[in-house]
Amino acid sequence: MDFREDQIARYSRHIILKEVGGKGQEALLNARVLIIGAGGLGSPVALYLAAAGIGTIGIVDMDTVDMSNLQRQILHNTATVGNSKVESAYQTLTAMNPDVKVVPITEKLTSGNVLDMFRAYDVIVDGSDNFGTRYVVNDASFFLKKPLVSGSILRFEGQVIVIEGYRDTPCYRCLYPEAPPPGLVPSCSEAGVLGVLAGTIGTLQAAEVVKIILGIGEPLTDRLLVYDALAMSFRKVRVPKDPACALCGPSPTIRTVEGSTDWVCSI
Amino acid sequence: MSVLIRIPTPLRSLTNGQNEVREAGSSVREVLDNLTARFPGIGERLMDEKGELRRFINIYVNEEDIRFREGVRTTLKEGDEMSIIPAIAGGSR
Repeated sequence: MDFREDQIARYSRHIILKEVGGKGQEALLNARVLIIGAGGLGSPVALYLAAAGIGTIGIVDMDTVDMSNLQRQILHNTATVGNSKVESAYQTLTAMNPDVKVVPITEKLTSGNVLDMFRAYDVIVDGSDNFGTRYVVNDASFFLKKPLVSGSILRFEGQVIVIEGYRDTPCYRCLYPEAPPPGLVPSCSEAGVLGVLAGTIGTLQAAEVVKIILGIGEPLTDRLLVYDALAMSFRKVRVPKDPACALCGPSPTIRTVEGSTDWVCSI
Repeated sequence: MSVLIRIPTPLRSLTNGQNEVREAGSSVREVLDNLTARFPGIGERLMDEKGELRRFINIYVNEEDIRFREGVRTTLKEGDEMSIIPAIAGGSR
């Protein structure tokens, strides 16, 4: 591919990295990434991916921007309060890099539409706020064989893992076989979240997405990264593929995407 | 013999805000029993009515998930570190 002059300037710090180069930058420009949630995690993920020149960024969210979002959701700003989050994201990302085709999706993600929604993308990023969605996203990514970069945050702690359960690495159900029942754990609005934590975890997710597209380094596929902002500690624990996994084990009982995304945000 | 236990932020309200506590015991079960005796309420957050570890809470001894060892019967040695890591889902709203 022939880069335009403005593209050579824009992506020069990538292109001079031998692990990226012109070829790698071309791969980024041709890549299609879908981000679930235009919130705390989706914001830094989308901004860094747009800056990196990811060709197509789909972003799914049905909420509108609320003043209480602005403490951490840096895609949005005071002027977009009340607007659709994905429209607000569209404006911010397009202003950041007009090379990027931003696809705003206001639909609610459900087990019924998830496969059609995911099909056109190369990598899925989960920045959702509830367990129901996390299992639906995991299962759909598994059936469609799409790498899933999962991140989650609560209070002062965050977790990141790359999920490719269709290979010999674990899926989200291997890590957490079941979601907590609602009510057993405090809701996110009660629990709170340190705003900058979203930036730390979302940026790590963006790094994994770029590595996957470039095919460089070691993906975080069989380790869970746990970040504690108070202790300023990053720890990795081993996550084996569960031979009893209902989705990706040898005797699966889950054969289609099921489950509900109507979950309250818990723990 | 005692081991270091890392407490995740959602459970620190039950450990007087401490992120790490030391507890005696030669198995995960013994350590959890002692932890619960010292910090009432933490046991039911980690285990169900049958005393089984809840399926959205993982306990790691050093880097290894005890589900893939001997569960709560996993034995411990001096210097081991236990981490309690619950599923969390926040990110968007």
